[in-house]
Order: sequence, then C-alpha cells, then structure tokens
Amino acid sequence: MNGARFAPVIGPIVVGVLVVAGWHEAVRFFAIPPYVLPGPGVIARTLWTDGPSLLASLLVTLRITVAALALAVALGGALAVLFSLSKTVEVSFFPYAVILQVTPVVSIAPLIIIWVNDVFAALLVCATIVAFFPIVANTTLGLNSADRNLVDLFRLYGAGRLQTLRLLRLPSALPLFLAGVRISGGLALIGAVVAEFVAGTGGAKTGLASRIIEAGYRLEIPRMFAALFLLSLTGIVIFAVLSWLSRRLLRHWHESALEPSD
Amino acid sequence: MAETLVAAAALAKSFRNGVAALAGIDLTVSRGEFVGVLGPSGCGKSTLLRILAGLAEPTAGRLDRGTDVAGRVGFVFQEPTLMPWATVWANVYLPLRLRGVGRDVATPRIGAMLDSLGLGEFARAYPRQLSGGMRMRVSIARALVTEPALLLLDEPFAALDEITRFKLNEDLRALWRNLRCTIVFVTHSVFESVFLTNRIVVMTKRPGRIVADLPVNLPETRDAGLRLAPVYSDACRAVSAKLAEAMV
Repeated sequence: MNGARFAPVIGPIVVGVLVVAGWHEAVRFFAIPPYVLPGPGVIARTLWTDGPSLLASLLVTLRITVAALALAVALGGALAVLFSLSKTVEVSFFPYAVILQVTPVVSIAPLIIIWVNDVFAALLVCATIVAFFPIVANTTLGLNSADRNLVDLFRLYGAGRLQTLRLLRLPSALPLFLAGVRISGGLALIGAVVAEFVAGTGGAKTGLASRIIEAGYRLEIPRMFAALFLLSLTGIVIFAVLSWLSRRLLRHWHESALEPSD
Repeated sequence: MAETLVAAAALAKSFRNGVAALAGIDLTVSRGEFVGVLGPSGCGKSTLLRILAGLAEPTAGRLDRGTDVAGRVGFVFQEPTLMPWATVWANVYLPLRLRGVGRDVATPRIGAMLDSLGLGEFARAYPRQLSGGMRMRVSIARALVTEPALLLLDEPFAALDEITRFKLNEDLRALWRNLRCTIVFVTHSVFESVFLTNRIVVMTKRPGRIVADLPVNLPETRDAGLRLAPVYSDACRAVSAKLAEAMV
C-alpha cells in the first residue's frame, strides 16, 4: 500500500505542522510576550536576521564536534583493538573507561578548563571524553563476537593474530563500531555544548552555547530559540550523515542495511 | 593395504565441566578413504572431528597424523560459516590468501573450483544472496580449494531440505571420485552415510565409543538411481540395525 510507504515521510511532517501551528495560535491567543515564549514567526525572523552571526558560532561548535568525534573514533578504535589483542589489557583498563564514562562531563569540565590553557583544546578534550565510550564499548564487543567457527577456520589455516584481526575481527566489528559512531556523533555535539556552557563566554570566537547564555542574560529569548533550533538541526544532520555512512558501508551484507524484502 | 593417514588410539575427551564426550576411540583412516561417522546427536562426533582437525586436544590417548596432513586439513562446518561481508570469490580465496598465495596464482584455481561446484556465475555474489544449499557449496569449495589431504565434514547438509541434500550428496560423491582426497563425514543420517561413503563407523551415545565399523559394498559410481535400488535399501537396513544396537 502507498499509505504504508509514505507514512515515514508524511507522518512527521503532519505532526510538525500541527505543533508549529498550535504553538503559533497559543502564543497569539494567550498574548504571551516574546521574552517568555516567542512564536514560531518571530523565531524564523530572528533566524533570518541573526543567521550569519549565529552560523559563525555554529561553525565553532561544529569544528569542536567533528574534531572530537574524529579523536574519539581514533582513540576508541585503537583502544578496542588493543583490548581485543590482549585480555589482560582489556580487564585492566576497561573499568577506567567506565569511570570516565559515568563521571558527568559537567563536573570534570572545570578542571580540564583549568589544566588546558587553550579554550578550543579544553572543549575538545571534554567533548572527546563524552563521545569516546560508546565507540570503545561497541567496538570491543564487535571484535570479540566474530563467528567462532570462522575463528577456528582461521586457526586451521595457520592465520596469525594480525591476519585474523584484519580479515576477520575488524570486518565482524564494523556494524557495532558504526552503531557506536552514530551514538558518539550526537554525544560529541552534546559534549561540545556542555563544555562551552561550563567554560562560559569569552574571546572573539565563541560557539553556540555561549550565544545561548548571552542571549539568556539579555532576555533575547527569540535568539535563544534560534540558536537552539540550529543546534537541534545540527544534531539531526550529524545523525543522518552517520546513518547514511553506516548503511553505505554495510549495504552488501548486514541485516541492518538491507532493503526490506516483500 | 593403503597407507594410513590418520590413526587414533584410545582417544578420550572430557570437557572442563566434567562432561565426557569421547571414551576410548580407536580409528584408522587410510589415504583415499571416504569414511562416515554415524551416531545420535550429542555423541561426540563433532568433538572427534575437531580433534582430527587439530582444533581440539584429546584428554587421553594418542593421535597420529601423516606428515603431510598437518596444515592440509579442510573443514566444513554444520553452518556454511562464510564471511558475510565478502563475495563468494573472496570467501573461497580466504584459505589461499592466509597461506600467502597471490591473487594471480589463485584465480584460475578458484575459477575451476567454483565451476566444479556449479558456482561459476555466482563468484561476485554475496552469501546472503544465495540459498542455503548454494552457501554450503561455497563452504565446500573453500575447503577443497587448498587441495586438502584430509577433508572433514561435520553434518554439513543437516539443515538443508531433502532435495537439495540429495543433489549435494551426489555431487560430493562425484567430487571425491575425481579428487581422490580422504574424507571423514559426520552425520546422523543412515541414508546419507550409506549413499556417500565406503565405510561407516557407528558411535554410541555420549560418552562416544565406536561400536561398529562396517564396509559399504555399493558401486563406486553412485547417482540418484541408486536410492531406488534394493542393494541401497538393504545396506541402509543393515546399518540401521547396527545403529539401533548402539543406541541401547
């Protein structure tokens, strides 16, 4: 049926339109002042007028996010490979990876900002800490869950440890690794924003978090909403890009990337 | 008397949890033989095969393998056990690749092997695009491409439908006739073991022991017609009787 096919596209659009329209009407009907809750029209206008300066800030946040994700992928992936090569290393280090994960970044960010002089570097460290755990955990799990019979087969043909890693364990881990990257993409953005909230405003090149704080101080609530809107949009785009990448890499073989069959 | 390829004497295996899988297996396999190992589920057939492959160590007894056997064993598991991310061609290339055989040298060998198993046009397909029977053919091609001295198969056709299984039995028998390698084939099917092999070893329930060692006196060339022949049903009946004794 066509209804079922288009539902994933039309459904969210209908809900979105209804919510925005309801919001618009509510603001008008109850005469809510824009410094409490601006209507969607005001936010859209602010987005248009403040767009260029907000986009410049978004770029700062985005740079931290992308760098943090890249760093998390490199460090997390390398650590997971190390874990898979030595059980001793895994059991010795894994608890500390967990500690790093369960400690709220808000609580360690002030320390990191004191220790690291450069603001960009400090924010990068915070965002990386937040983003790194899902990649380590997922990739380790993936590397360890290669088909046991295939592992035996590699043994039978005298494969070395690195050969087994490259030809069997890494491809086996790819789906879980990519799932980890997808989670970490969103977390890197959250980490970058939260860290900037803690670091506060300062300097000429500030990210979106600083703009939100600043707008809050000045009661420029429409600009706050505009910045929030951009942040959400960025999160969605990051998730969509990483999902697309995952499907693209797995399309030949993994269940998650196959077209639904009739 | 043909040269002995594998000789197991008083082979026993217990697992760490105390379960005894095998108790005193004596088995000699000569070069060129096609031996069936027949027994009920959970009798330790798979464990025996893993020990013969060198994938598991016996807890007692000794195993002698011909000097040319080490490193020249092919293994086919119950499931096709293919790498889902690799094409049929790459899956069959795997054992050669692990041994450092270059692509250029491997290509004609892989091509011939795929053709002989009816997989010629599926070289670039991925495992998920193939039926269960075709996947099993890929698994067999992968085991045979190294020209193993000893080929071990662990109930490879158990999960297939009967029509596919019959066809694969006929093809495997023909392959063995052509390649003249040594095969040990584990199964719980009397009909399959009689159709395929020249000799059947019957095992008891766990802990597994060998209770009968029967020759299969059927024509060397076997095709679908044999299944309808009285000699085949007679042979099946005789083996079934031995299996029934083993189950008591």
